Amino acid sequence: MSLTVGVLAIQGDVHENIISTETALKELGVEGTVVGVKTAEDVSKLDGLIIPGGESTTIGQLSLVNSSLKTIKEKIEHGMPVLGICAGMILLSKTSNDRIIGKTDQPLLDLLDIKLERNSFGRQKESFEADVPMNSINIPKFNGVFIRAPSVSDVGSGVEILAKFNEKIVAVKKGNMMCVAFHPELTEDVSLHKYFVNLIKKSKI
Amino acid sequence: MLPLSGERTDAKGIIKNASDSGDILRGTSTLKRGGAHMLKNGVVMDVTTVEQAQIAEDAGAVSVMVLDKLPSDVRKAGGVARTASIRIIEDIMDSVTIPVMAKCRIGHVYEAKVLEETNVDMIDESEVLTPADENHHIWKWDFTTPFVNGARSLSEALRRIEEGAAMIRTKGEPGTGNVAEAVTHIKKVNDELRSIKAIYDSGDKQDLVRMAREFKVSYDIVEETAKLGRLPVVNFAAGGIATPADAAYLMSLGCDGIFVGSGIFNANDAKERARAIVLATTFWNESEKVKEAQKMIDERQSMLGLDVKTLELRMQERGSSA
Repeated sequence: MSLTVGVLAIQGDVHENIISTETALKELGVEGTVVGVKTAEDVSKLDGLIIPGGESTTIGQLSLVNSSLKTIKEKIEHGMPVLGICAGMILLSKTSNDRIIGKTDQPLLDLLDIKLERNSFGRQKESFEADVPMNSINIPKFNGVFIRAPSVSDVGSGVEILAKFNEKIVAVKKGNMMCVAFHPELTEDVSLHKYFVNLIKKSKI
Repeated sequence: MLPLSGERTDAKGIIKNASDSGDILRGTSTLKRGGAHMLKNGVVMDVTTVEQAQIAEDAGAVSVMVLDKLPSDVRKAGGVARTASIRIIEDIMDSVTIPVMAKCRIGHVYEAKVLEETNVDMIDESEVLTPADENHHIWKWDFTTPFVNGARSLSEALRRIEEGAAMIRTKGEPGTGNVAEAVTHIKKVNDELRSIKAIYDSGDKQDLVRMAREFKVSYDIVEETAKLGRLPVVNFAAGGIATPADAAYLMSLGCDGIFVGSGIFNANDAKERARAIVLATTFWNESEKVKEAQKMIDERQSMLGLDVKTLELRMQERGSSA
């Protein structure tokens, strides 16, 4: 069995996620390929998808253009594992508000029952690195790189909270969907990408 | 993970704080360079008003750059060009969700401090404004806010990175609507990267030392850049981009993204053009989509543009020798 993992390649730090996922596959000894995907056709061939960090307004608007957003939504609804990072977390949510600006009408996938607060920890200067343990998925130590990061202000039923930082929820999971507010692809530690690869592997059995 | 060559872990801009959930670090190279990585494959648009900033955000820009005047108007107005009004920068920060950048003069440490205090997301130490110090750029390691700098060659880019720049852009020739200089600069940087990569692959350390002396930078940053075969930070194209085809061409030359200065808001079809340039940047390797984007604009509405040979003021030369 060979896995095909995609990284949505509309905008943002696509390349870093490809490298981290390739390293994760290698360290786990799992056969698979990692590809940048842009079109609905690319997305339809995937076993799992990472929606990377970037600007959520840009990624959302541009994936509407070629209808890849619709295909992504259908695939996730049919059980394809997805990892949303920062902007990806925002896109997966049902509701997203900006901390300063309030309600925005940006396109969202509207899949995960979480309420998002954009730019929750402040602007670039307030961006930070800190240790974020995720004990429930056996990652007791993880360097969280938070860049203009969002946080989750409320979760619906069945959404598991994986990590909090200063009382704010920064990592969640529900079934085949998981999201983090920080950037695992900007560190050398691939344990979160490994966890995601295993999630994809299990979904194929 | 990010390449971090040339980083200084003793930088004054790195701040360590305690919090309820443990120690936190701000202003590290990972955070500054990482912030720039989030802009990749995107378009940063020059704006002078809240209204323009909202048009840019709606068009799908990844960030806006606030100026007092667009570069072509700086050229026309003459005189001393300084950083934009803080009140306008703050109004724009309050009206869009995307990151907001602003320009300071080359070497003007206190314009930069004012912008950091204003909490802009990135500071552009820019040749579009009148330089405050011809011999020194800002020592950017003293700041928690990341900086972007212009460069016309690999040596200039590495000098700026060694001073702490978290992002590089080509200089091009600002305010001309003429993409020729940006094309020249990115090709020069690419050629120089290829040649130091070849030296690295050949194992000739002495020749790398020679390159470091020629570039006036440390051996370490030359070696790491040569090994990577690319700049250790994100590299955008800037200066003279006016159409979707301009943007797509620069992306095809290996740029990580695009800055558009006067090209959008000095055209008579700003809204359509902003959107079209974003589309062409995202889908630059699909000719069909670039054509669709180009069709959205009307060449008769483009800014007139200037032949670089006839210019009295060459902004790109500002700060290049330092």
